[in-house]
Amino acid sequence: MNAIAPEAYTTEDGRKIGGVVMEMKNITLRFGGVTAIKDISFDIREGEVRAIIGPNGAGKSSMLNVINGFYHPQEGEVWFRGEKRGPMKPYEIARQGIARTFQNIALFKGMSTLDNIMTGRLTKMKSGILSQAIWKGPAEREEIEQREKAERIIDFLEIQSIRKAPVGSLPYGLQKRVELGRALVAEPELLLLDEPMAGMNVEEKEDMSRFILDVNDEFGTTIALIEHDMGVVMDISDRVVVMDYGAKIGDGTPDEVRSNQKVIDAYLGVAHD
Amino acid sequence: MLYREVGDFKTTYRSDGQTFPIAFDRWRYYIVLLVAFCVVPFIINDYWTNAVLLPFLIYAIAAIGLNILTGYCGQVSLGTGGFMAVGAYSCYKLMTGFPDLNILFCVLLSGLITALVGMLFGLPSLRIKGFYLAVATLAAQFFLVWLFNKVAWFYNYSASGQINAPERTLLGYKITGAETSAPVTYLFCLVLVVFLAIIARNLTRGHLGRSWMAIRDMDIAAEIIGVNPLKAKLTAFGISSFYIGVAGALLFAVYLGAVEVGEVFGIQKSFLVLFMVIIGGLGSIFGSFAGAAFMVLLPVLLKNVLVGSLGWPTDIATHLEFAIVGLLIVVFLILEPHGLAQLWRIIKEKLRLWPFPH
Ligand SMILES: Nc1ncnc2c1ncn2[C@@H]1O[C@H](COP(=O)(O)OP(=O)(O)O)[C@@H](O)[C@H]1O
Ligand SMILES: [Mg+2]
Repeated sequence: MNAIAPEAYTTEDGRKIGGVVMEMKNITLRFGGVTAIKDISFDIREGEVRAIIGPNGAGKSSMLNVINGFYHPQEGEVWFRGEKRGPMKPYEIARQGIARTFQNIALFKGMSTLDNIMTGRLTKMKSGILSQAIWKGPAEREEIEQREKAERIIDFLEIQSIRKAPVGSLPYGLQKRVELGRALVAEPELLLLDEPMAGMNVEEKEDMSRFILDVNDEFGTTIALIEHDMGVVMDISDRVVVMDYGAKIGDGTPDEVRSNQKVIDAYLGVAHD
Repeated sequence: MLYREVGDFKTTYRSDGQTFPIAFDRWRYYIVLLVAFCVVPFIINDYWTNAVLLPFLIYAIAAIGLNILTGYCGQVSLGTGGFMAVGAYSCYKLMTGFPDLNILFCVLLSGLITALVGMLFGLPSLRIKGFYLAVATLAAQFFLVWLFNKVAWFYNYSASGQINAPERTLLGYKITGAETSAPVTYLFCLVLVVFLAIIARNLTRGHLGRSWMAIRDMDIAAEIIGVNPLKAKLTAFGISSFYIGVAGALLFAVYLGAVEVGEVFGIQKSFLVLFMVIIGGLGSIFGSFAGAAFMVLLPVLLKNVLVGSLGWPTDIATHLEFAIVGLLIVVFLILEPHGLAQLWRIIKEKLRLWPFPH
């Protein structure tokens, strides 16, 4: 990792940003004739909040799908923790410590809030089929240990009162929060958030921003997020990648990006018309 | 009657995770068990055992099995009859090939063999879903029935093509064969049902069960949070088939005694068990019992009331049964996919906090 990691630094608000954990090198992704991602390179550093912005259809969600192994790019390399990633299944990548939420909520509708969040602990649960069949003993002990972790996340996200509610019946904003909980409870090293605030009102956005910053701050989780609301992006991210029509048109701190003429033309123009 | 959660607080995660978190439910469960084990065996006669109790217990096992696969893991199967046949024929070959093998082992081993066969036929589920998977399992159904018909080795080259269960005893009591007694066969099946239901409950409340439900509810999200779809689906197929195989073995060896595969394990059987699961409630162990009870009792009830008391012709009563079941399937699928179990839950929910609903 050190070979590609320039020196670590501390942000103005005192968070430590380390070396590069995730590096995308010359990624190109095509769907038939459509090139969703054109030769994009960027990196994500340990402990930072990295935003990916761009107009609809720019290829942002596709980029997250490449990161968690759901899409396989035709060209380019993905490096995680200083190692080049070979062919891997999404569930193996999840086990490496990469979790995500989806643009369109992808909760398990038939399960309660608690069960959804417990499912996020799945990668940490080891008891085999036989001991689960017997239940008493190791399986129950493990369940209780994991339940404690889940409850900690439930407290953190302030969703105690909907613990037993079937998630399908919850309002949109709460569903987004439960989905964040399901990703968080896995204690990921890298957390990918696809438009965590889409469709929320101002108040809900403020709550969500606070949770994202708290996660980053308290757990030291590295976060890559896609967001449309420029105000939010400027507030909470350390560095921003800007995409347009599958290409990268800007990369830097919020201030740098904001003053980049290409970005203003392509993105800010669109957002404000 | 005070059915209540009021004043019944949970202070540990262990007690919150209990099967019956409300004390009243727990007591009812113990009482049902007590009656089933200590009262019923002394009052049953042959008619009720053969018409209701044995088929109810055996189909409850099959319904739990299918519910694991379809209700919990979301994989539709129309191969239940074929898998029950695997259990029955495995049991027959084990009983005749190893005459000294304990009947209990024969039944459980038949379940294991069926589990392996079920996993084999579950492999396509990694590629195909929903309707296409249903068709693939339908193919398994027809293939298996054809196989047991065609290959004479399976029925030991008997002239009739039937298989007959030889007499076997357990602890000195006759379990299979011609001269079994009602309380003994009932208790044998009851022990297996209770044991298997508890295991099913345990498997579905732990992380394996959650991985099944995750695959059922949203397979892509499940994989992205770390569920190995291969493992989740194949364990569901395997465990489900184990239950179905045990049910097939019991149906053949303990209940019917003699079986011709096409007659007993045809496609109707697949639908019968599927209807039990739909009417009883997808994704509920209790629902599997409710559905089995319903589908076993309905024809008996109609026959006794309509034919016995009102003097209707038998065929009209049978047609009415089809009509009722058909209607209920439609109603449940559209209005209440969680079946009788959910209706029961709603009633309890209303009673639960009474007299203080807030
Ligand atoms: N699975 C897919 N099959 C075909 N085209 C896709 C697929 N996923 C994304 N695309 C295409 O890739 C482009 C980028 O989509 P997406 O990554 O969702 O954009 P964004 O998230 O920035 O709005 C779009 O043109 C979209 O139609
Ligand atoms: Mg998107």
